[in-house]
Amino acid sequence: MQNKKELQKEQILRMSGVNPRKCMRCGKCSGTCPSYDEMEYHPHQFVYMVETGDLEPLMNSDSLYKCLSCFACVDRCPRNVEPAKLIEALRLTVIREKGKNHLKSDDIPALLDDEMPQQAIVSAMRKYSK
Amino acid sequence: MKVNYFPGCTLRTKAKDLDFYARECAKILGIELVELPDWQCCGGVFVTSSDEIASKLSCARALVASRDDNRALVSVCSACHNVIKQTNHAIKNDAKFADAVNRYLAQDEEHSDPYFGETEVLHYLELLRDKVGFDKIREAVKNPLTGKKIAAYYGCLLLRPGKVMAFDDVENPQIMEDFIRALGAEPVIYPARNECCGGYIALEDAASAKKKSDTVSHSAANHGADMIVTACPLCKYNLTKNESPLPVVYFTELLALALGVKENDDAE
Repeated sequence: MQNKKELQKEQILRMSGVNPRKCMRCGKCSGTCPSYDEMEYHPHQFVYMVETGDLEPLMNSDSLYKCLSCFACVDRCPRNVEPAKLIEALRLTVIREKGKNHLKSDDIPALLDDEMPQQAIVSAMRKYSK
Repeated sequence: MKVNYFPGCTLRTKAKDLDFYARECAKILGIELVELPDWQCCGGVFVTSSDEIASKLSCARALVASRDDNRALVSVCSACHNVIKQTNHAIKNDAKFADAVNRYLAQDEEHSDPYFGETEVLHYLELLRDKVGFDKIREAVKNPLTGKKIAAYYGCLLLRPGKVMAFDDVENPQIMEDFIRALGAEPVIYPARNECCGGYIALEDAASAKKKSDTVSHSAANHGADMIVTACPLCKYNLTKNESPLPVVYFTELLALALGVKENDDAE
């Protein structure tokens, strides 16, 4: 079990290219995150918990789907840690598993209105589904 | 000047004004936008993971075609530009990723030489600033937008990640303000101009998108703007849907008004 956890952490670091040990815990990523209020785990916690290998709670949390990919945390981190890339790698690790899509194409028609641009649909599908 | 043009899916449907006026204004400014014959949807957002290959191939194909045509690749939509530019940057700077992309592309029935990020990727605003020049645009203005106070809304996609997009200063950009000045109007600087509108979360959580959009539109209104200008269909949707106190227009509509391409001012 320990092995699987180690392997998963290694994979997440490789996919994201992030080195969480560069983090100095200033919290600026969370301070600037537009979705902070809606997250169970905040960007700085993602960085810390990946570093310590505490991946399960992150992968089971809705916080993965609250990230807007706005890259505010990426550009405003004084140590260039790039938390959004870590969140993305975790989200992909979840949705790449069979049956783990967060958004299903059958659900989409009910979510649309007349003005909703295609851009919203393709973006959400790319972030939430495989 | 000839450049390749990648319109994108939304410009064919919900954001026709963004596309139409970009084309019309280009004609006046001496730019020939050559639409790529076989463009495919950019995917809306760039997936940052380096092992995600297939979803980036549509952009890679557009980049290869432009390299072969020896032309810059221009888009008007913030999202298309962001995804194409990030894909190009990844191909240029990640040899392993470039190798994987080239192996995929080599399987296309008609394929070209391997691609290593040679194409110049430009947003239409960069084309105006760097290739045409805002001075020339100022000279081409027939109906200056005198007295209009306009809030430029950058959002995320044009600017970030800063070291990849290299569009402008990521925290204190000025390209859209310079554009607004060139049209004879007065730019309004407000704190939320480079914050997120909520983006694609609008699809599954409208209340979350509303919070983000309200922050932006109210910030612009509180700083005395008459209207908000954007390059992004999803920003426009989110702000408008959430009852922005100010009208939200595409920057190409503004350009068309000033150049005398667009007759009536819908925003008034």
